[in-house]
Amino acid sequence: MTEIRRNTSDARRADRMVQFGAWAAAMAMTGLLFHQLAPFGGVVGFLLIDWVIFLCLYGLLVSFDNDRQAVKDRLAAAVIRGIAVNAFIALIVIVGFPFVKGIGALRHVNFLTEDMAAAGPLDPLTQGGILHAVVGTLEQISIALAITVPLGLTCAVFLNETRGAFTRFVRTIVDAMTALPSIVSGLFVYAFLILLVGLEKSGLAAGCAISVMMLPIVIRAADVVIRLVPSSLREASLALGAGQLRTAWHVVLPSARSGLMTAVLLGTARGIGETSPVLITAGVTAYVNANPTTGPQISLPLATFTFVTSPEETMKARGFGSAAVLMILVLVLFLIARLAAGRPAGEQSRGRRVRAHRASMRDRERFIARIKEEEQP
Amino acid sequence: MTQLDAAPAVVPAVTRRKVAPPGGADRVFRIGIRAAGLIVLAIMITVGFFLLQNGTTALSTAGWRFLTTQTWQPDSGNFGIAAVLVGTILIATVALCVAFPLALGVALYISEYAQPRWKRFLVSLVDLMAAVPSVVYGLFGAVYLQWNALDVPRWIAVHFSWLPPLRVDGFDPNDPLGSNTVFASSTFFAGVIVGMMVMPITCSVMREAFSQAPQGEREGAYALGATRWGMIRSVVLPFGRSGMIGGTMLGLGRALGETIAVYMIIAPVFAIQPHILSSGANSVSALIAQQWGAASPFGLSALMAAGLALFTLTLVVNFGASAVIARSRSGQGSDA
Repeated sequence: MTEIRRNTSDARRADRMVQFGAWAAAMAMTGLLFHQLAPFGGVVGFLLIDWVIFLCLYGLLVSFDNDRQAVKDRLAAAVIRGIAVNAFIALIVIVGFPFVKGIGALRHVNFLTEDMAAAGPLDPLTQGGILHAVVGTLEQISIALAITVPLGLTCAVFLNETRGAFTRFVRTIVDAMTALPSIVSGLFVYAFLILLVGLEKSGLAAGCAISVMMLPIVIRAADVVIRLVPSSLREASLALGAGQLRTAWHVVLPSARSGLMTAVLLGTARGIGETSPVLITAGVTAYVNANPTTGPQISLPLATFTFVTSPEETMKARGFGSAAVLMILVLVLFLIARLAAGRPAGEQSRGRRVRAHRASMRDRERFIARIKEEEQP
Repeated sequence: MTQLDAAPAVVPAVTRRKVAPPGGADRVFRIGIRAAGLIVLAIMITVGFFLLQNGTTALSTAGWRFLTTQTWQPDSGNFGIAAVLVGTILIATVALCVAFPLALGVALYISEYAQPRWKRFLVSLVDLMAAVPSVVYGLFGAVYLQWNALDVPRWIAVHFSWLPPLRVDGFDPNDPLGSNTVFASSTFFAGVIVGMMVMPITCSVMREAFSQAPQGEREGAYALGATRWGMIRSVVLPFGRSGMIGGTMLGLGRALGETIAVYMIIAPVFAIQPHILSSGANSVSALIAQQWGAASPFGLSALMAAGLALFTLTLVVNFGASAVIARSRSGQGSDA
């Protein structure tokens, strides 16, 4: 006799029926209420009242053949599921909104190849574009990365490779700074680089402001990733006679590589979307300024903001278009980060495994040759 | 045994192995990473210093009135952050009222209810939401939400206007034809959008804490006959309590500092606006963004002082948050 696999799911058929019944009854009652009995209106109100009636009926139905604990359990599950579904729908709507509204501007090729120098506020969408903002964003984020990646990763290594009161202090300060308001980082760079050092408002200053904002985020994420490197790997390296530098460079950092990449990419995604530091330190322009050291330089989020606050409909459409381009950039960065984060610390990709194997084979040949050399003087 | 007997009675003196850290390249390495730590520390600490240095001119002119004046006219010497500070706190409060239940629900759903194969995807989705630029949230709020959801604050105003913060001037609940525009550009909508924005970060801290609830105690609760909700209430929630508080405070820190989404939604006012549903609101960071372009040197100094106030406020909240989260990591929340 073959064994039949037991169903361990706790959902019974009766439960499904009760759920469906409560849902159908709630819809019917709300419909009656809205159309025949009371002067209510609006989709939001409908869904809200529908949900409340559903919960009441569901609780009532469950209570017919279950005790109080079970009723509480079912109601809690329904409430939590409802909240989660609503939250996810709301978030997807928010992300999808610029794409839906921005398609009008994105359809035109000139939107990505021209700047706004020749296009006035009343010109149609076939003139002008956001090239100036794309150039600005790319340059500013490159400057920010050039500062953040070496400094941030070295600081994360510092937090993990040293012990003591100073390390703990730095970690506390960095933790507290992860939620530094972005406008404050803009004010800081304005006070330091522009008022004190004497730089002008430029893309360089904006890049520095973004990197001040990104640094704590990247350091914190990288710190967590490096902490996950098994200490057995580190100790094995030290036991083989490698120094601290070699251990960090050849063992710790490569083991944490995918995690470090995720940390940097997520920091970049946050930095690329910041508006206020650029508003404070770089200002608004309508033309392409490829030189980050002089003159104002706009970025994508700031361009979105300036376009949308304009009263003209075409300018608003441009704002949605640039928001959509910004979202595409963030989505791409995020996807790469997720793909890179597929592996835990210490696990290598296939190519790296093959290369490591070849390297150790070469070492083996070298050792054998050396031993033979010593045996026959 | 024979070997032991054969061992020499006197152990030859061996030189003690050197355990001090090696020198050379490693010394350079240690100096290098220490220098990186020092630079980062210096940047982070001088943030407050530079704001203070540039704000001193304005602060010494205004004195303590800086904290009690509501208007913002720095060039006539009459300015203060009373109105914007209250506005910031009100917006953050509304944001938390929106973010906390949503984040709690989503975190519990992901860690307790979602099917395992969906879990990773949902976690990624929440992380992605945390990376969405604030200007996109602001765009949604300013262009869509606050013109299409005016019925919600209207309904609240009709039924709960006996509560002072929910009263709306210029709105008569008995007049069904009254205009809805008195509800747009309000603290309420700014708070809702900021709440949506800080929900993902709050949620991911909470989820982390919930997923660390020990498996043994969960199964113990089930073995004693608990339902799933009973298990959540007696094991997961007490264990994750510090994570819940810490995540909420982290979200509060973000909400206090949010600039551009608030700026896009509100209609700025320079008086304490305690009615959260009424049109007109303000916050410290929105004030800085509004006044920045047209400010005189003295005005800049005043804005730096406002920035310093915001910085201090968020720093206090963040220190609190990281202290609470650190406590939860050590597992002390489990015996609550």
